[in-house]
Amino acid sequence: MKNRLTLKQIKTLIRILVSLAAFIAVFAADKAVGLAGVFQGTNAWLFPFALYLAIYVVIGYDVLWRAARNILHGQIFDENFLMCFATLGAFALAIYRGVTGMEIEGFDEACAVLLFYQVGEFFQDYATCRSRRSISGLMDLRPDYANVLRDGVAVKTAPEEVAVGDIIVINPGEKVPLDGIAEEGETSFDTKALTGESLPRYVKSGDPVISGSVNIDSRITVRVEKEFYDSTVSRILDLVENAASEKSKAENFITKFAKYYTPAVVAIALLLAVIPGAVTGEWSVWVYRALSFLVVSCPCALVISIPLSFFAGIGAASRYGILIKGSNYLERFNNAGIFVFDKTGTLTKGNFALAKVETVSGVSEREILCLAATAESGSSHPIARSVLEAYGKEAKTGYTHTNRAGSGVIASKDGDVIACGNEKLMEECGIPFTPCSGVGTPVYVAENGIYKGYLLILDEVKPESREVITELKRMGAKSFMLTGDNHAIAANVAAETGIDGYTASLLPGDKVAKVEEMLQNKPEKEALCFVGDGINDAPVLMRSDIGIAMGGVGSDAAIEAADIVLMHDDLKGIPLARRIAKKTMSVVYQNIIFSVVVKLAILILSAVGLANMWVAVFGDVGVAVMAILNAMRVNGKYATR
Amino acid sequence: MKKVFRIENIDCANCAAKLERRILKVDGVIKASVNFIAQRLTLEAEDERFDKVLEEVTKTAKKTEPDCIISLR
Repeated sequence: MKNRLTLKQIKTLIRILVSLAAFIAVFAADKAVGLAGVFQGTNAWLFPFALYLAIYVVIGYDVLWRAARNILHGQIFDENFLMCFATLGAFALAIYRGVTGMEIEGFDEACAVLLFYQVGEFFQDYATCRSRRSISGLMDLRPDYANVLRDGVAVKTAPEEVAVGDIIVINPGEKVPLDGIAEEGETSFDTKALTGESLPRYVKSGDPVISGSVNIDSRITVRVEKEFYDSTVSRILDLVENAASEKSKAENFITKFAKYYTPAVVAIALLLAVIPGAVTGEWSVWVYRALSFLVVSCPCALVISIPLSFFAGIGAASRYGILIKGSNYLERFNNAGIFVFDKTGTLTKGNFALAKVETVSGVSEREILCLAATAESGSSHPIARSVLEAYGKEAKTGYTHTNRAGSGVIASKDGDVIACGNEKLMEECGIPFTPCSGVGTPVYVAENGIYKGYLLILDEVKPESREVITELKRMGAKSFMLTGDNHAIAANVAAETGIDGYTASLLPGDKVAKVEEMLQNKPEKEALCFVGDGINDAPVLMRSDIGIAMGGVGSDAAIEAADIVLMHDDLKGIPLARRIAKKTMSVVYQNIIFSVVVKLAILILSAVGLANMWVAVFGDVGVAVMAILNAMRVNGKYATR
Repeated sequence: MKKVFRIENIDCANCAAKLERRILKVDGVIKASVNFIAQRLTLEAEDERFDKVLEEVTKTAKKTEPDCIISLR
């Protein structure tokens, strides 16, 4: 299915093959017996001329038609026109030779030029089409319908028309059309197209279900939580489709080059025909060389191969669950020199676990846990959640919670005040406390100004962190960690991951300032990447050269603020994306240099008469084909290591 | 206002670049980008007369690339 030709392409292919066969037959006959010798007399040239002209018209009528039409619209540097001009000019020269009684030649050339030009065009069209399809594999995510339960009956509805709160049924093999919560049933979902993660995701009643995943096992009902346009799948598709509008420097360079290339070549061709022609009097020689110029005047090979490479790179990344928002980011990412990591949830799992409870004498563990849980019950901070989890019961309600950013929380009710947070909070409140010496995040708890004890909370380092940091180092990039936690924890994580440096005890606002400072001190050429989980760090993601958000599925803020989104929570996507960027950029540079050099070589060789029109058209089509094939290489497989 | 359109039947990448340059010259267009491979036209124009500008852009496109079709996705 994937590589099928369109009807239009099949028609063109048939036309090319028929013309090619006819051309080879006529050409062979011409070379073997000399078609000009079949008839005698001064008009003998008419016979081969008529044969070649017939083939010319069959293969090139559309080019001729477009050329004529575009001239009427005032476009003289149109590639169709230039190609027609070159080939008709070659015909004219051959007729001139025929009429003046010189040796008959040149008809075959005009015909061949147009034939190979069409071959090149066909190949370009095919390659573009293929790469379009390969990236739109991701577009297959788009759900076509939703089965909405209406009075107990599933009704097929357009996903756009489903409202929040509706119950939808997802049968095995169907795509999830909208984000929601599983109601009844349990099943496994395939999220490979969405995240690149090949392990199926098990979902039971009450778990979130993400649109774009495919139901593998059994029927499940889902309560819709988000409208279609806010659902994950729509947002991702939007992002991928719009990725195209941000263009890289390489692309801008090449379109600018193309803008001047064609007029320049045409101008030189004109000069080449007129000046040496007038000086030497050998008009046909110089006009012929000028016509060869026009054959290579179309910059299409160059112009197509660059964006095609980027497109292939973005497409390849998307297959591994890495969304890159534009080719400019891919280009810049190749120069990534500093990776700044957020600690919690990025280098570490972010699933804090209660490691130790220390109380002052006379206070039980349950008591302090109850106090902490009551104070933290209003917060969604991972630490707060882990405290609540450890407590395991409903916290006392009715308290007024005051959040102290970067230090903790104070809860009060009827004169009862619970302070729960780090040492800063204790110092602020003027509560004497015993500092904790263990590694981890201590949460000090005090009630009505009296210190009760602390809870020690520990976050685990992700297993792949060390490997990823090492690989980035091997790629020549520095790594740095920013955290709001204290030095002891930061040093511990830094030692475990092998990261180059860190700054600890940062308030949320300090992170932006720190990144600003690093942006100023880094070399101009290098890009600073910030890697975060998208929670609370949107401003830093936006401020850095390239913001990388992890675990994009389900996090709207991350998808919005970041330039590169890792759909699943795996740091290994970073070195992988870097490898893709590197390969893309090397292919881009190869294509630019290769095409420009070959084109210039053909121009110079034709100008001095070493290359005829055959060489010119072969070279031109050859460059296009090779540049495209090279670009397709980017869309290959990458080791995930 | 920024809108993304589907643009089909453009002959070649160079034609797309040419088309983009012409669209940029249309009065009222703030930003425009034609992506040949993705077949997307991203158009940013003044809010009050977006439709008018779009009409003009479509005309320009038809003139540059007579076969092209611009449609909302």
